[in-house]
Amino acid sequence: MNINATLIGQSIAFILFVWFTKKYVWSFLMAAMEERKQKIADGLAAAERGKHEQELAEKRAAEVIAEAKTQAQGIISKAEKRASEIVEEAKGNARTEGERLLAAANAEIEQEVNRAKEDLRGQVVSLAVAGAGRVLKKELDSKAHNDMLKDLVSQI
Amino acid sequence: MADAITSTDYIKHHLTNLTYGNHPENGWSFAHTAQEAKEMGFWAFHVDSLAWSLVLGLIFLFIFRRAAKKATSGVPSGMQNFVEWIVDFIDDSVRGSFSGKNPWVAPIALTIFAWIFLMNLMDLVAIDWLPMLAQWVGGTFLGMDPHHVYFKVVPTTDPNITFGLAIAVFLMMLYYSIKMKGIGGFTGELTLHPFSAKNPLLQAIFIPINFLLEFVSLISKPVSLALRLFGNMYAGETIFILIALMYGAGIGFGIFGGVLQLGWAIFHILIITLQAFIFMTLTIVYLDMAHQTSDH
Repeated sequence: MNINATLIGQSIAFILFVWFTKKYVWSFLMAAMEERKQKIADGLAAAERGKHEQELAEKRAAEVIAEAKTQAQGIISKAEKRASEIVEEAKGNARTEGERLLAAANAEIEQEVNRAKEDLRGQVVSLAVAGAGRVLKKELDSKAHNDMLKDLVSQI
Repeated sequence: MADAITSTDYIKHHLTNLTYGNHPENGWSFAHTAQEAKEMGFWAFHVDSLAWSLVLGLIFLFIFRRAAKKATSGVPSGMQNFVEWIVDFIDDSVRGSFSGKNPWVAPIALTIFAWIFLMNLMDLVAIDWLPMLAQWVGGTFLGMDPHHVYFKVVPTTDPNITFGLAIAVFLMMLYYSIKMKGIGGFTGELTLHPFSAKNPLLQAIFIPINFLLEFVSLISKPVSLALRLFGNMYAGETIFILIALMYGAGIGFGIFGGVLQLGWAIFHILIITLQAFIFMTLTIVYLDMAHQTSDH
């Protein structure tokens, strides 16, 4: 319990320990803790920003979807219009084609009829000549009568 | 403690430091008795207090240095977490009580708190273990009389240790007072308060009175710091010794003593932390007062 030089030793040790703590302990720990605080603050800010950006993105997505819907609607209605146009066009084409075919067929029929008439006319001429020959039982100047008969035939 | 010893011997033995010093007759040696230790005068060392306080201080520095070396701003590991918890606590205390800007105050506070806490903590080690180990080592290997191997393991029950700390704090207070206020400012603080007068003659009379008051209040700071810590720890240690005496007084007393010791030890956990905290907080406050320049 005597007061002696121990206290000097203790004081010196204390000052040395404080020096060591200041130089080699405190600043390192405080730096690390400060840095971590900064990191956490940054992280929180980034999270906040991310949230905000997500909200914006969602809003934009909704806009894009709505726009896409109206566009799709427009495309569909345009396509329907175009389809009905095509159908109308096809109908018109078919009608004109049908009319054309009908006309061609009619023309052919008429041609056939004319050709048949021509044939018939030829045969009627020869029949008439043969018939007349038999009726007259006389040789006729076939050349003179032929012209007359041809003229006759053309009047049929 | 081979031969029968009385309670008085036991208590005295526990309260005597292992002293190394220059004895008028024996020269530089370990003191064999408390009487011899007293005769050594000022130039003697309490080897046990000093060694334990250094060892504990080095343990503190080792743990904190390791944590500081590995400190990262990432996820802290267990030890770093613990150390950072203490550092954060100290930092909060310093921010709360210290208004100036001085990078030294926080390390001072940390050193005081951790070191005093560790030194107080030695009080919770069963009081006979380390002294008996020391007696065995001293008697077996060093050829000393086991009876004269004194060994106090709680440095803070030695007034030299607490006064050593308090004097260092006091020197810091003086240093910062003079540094912040200048010698004139500091003397002014000591002599011109609390009484002052416009009349020069009256003022001249007041100066010695002021100085007396302020000087006492200045000196009382380190003294109260040292004695508060020493008194608390010494009383606690003494109670542990008294409880330990009961173990020698029959089974009934032994069990009762065990219960008492457990209770006192649990209560003591509070005291040792509190004393370390009070010493630290008062140091911060005193240093803060030393830094204040213009509030008078």
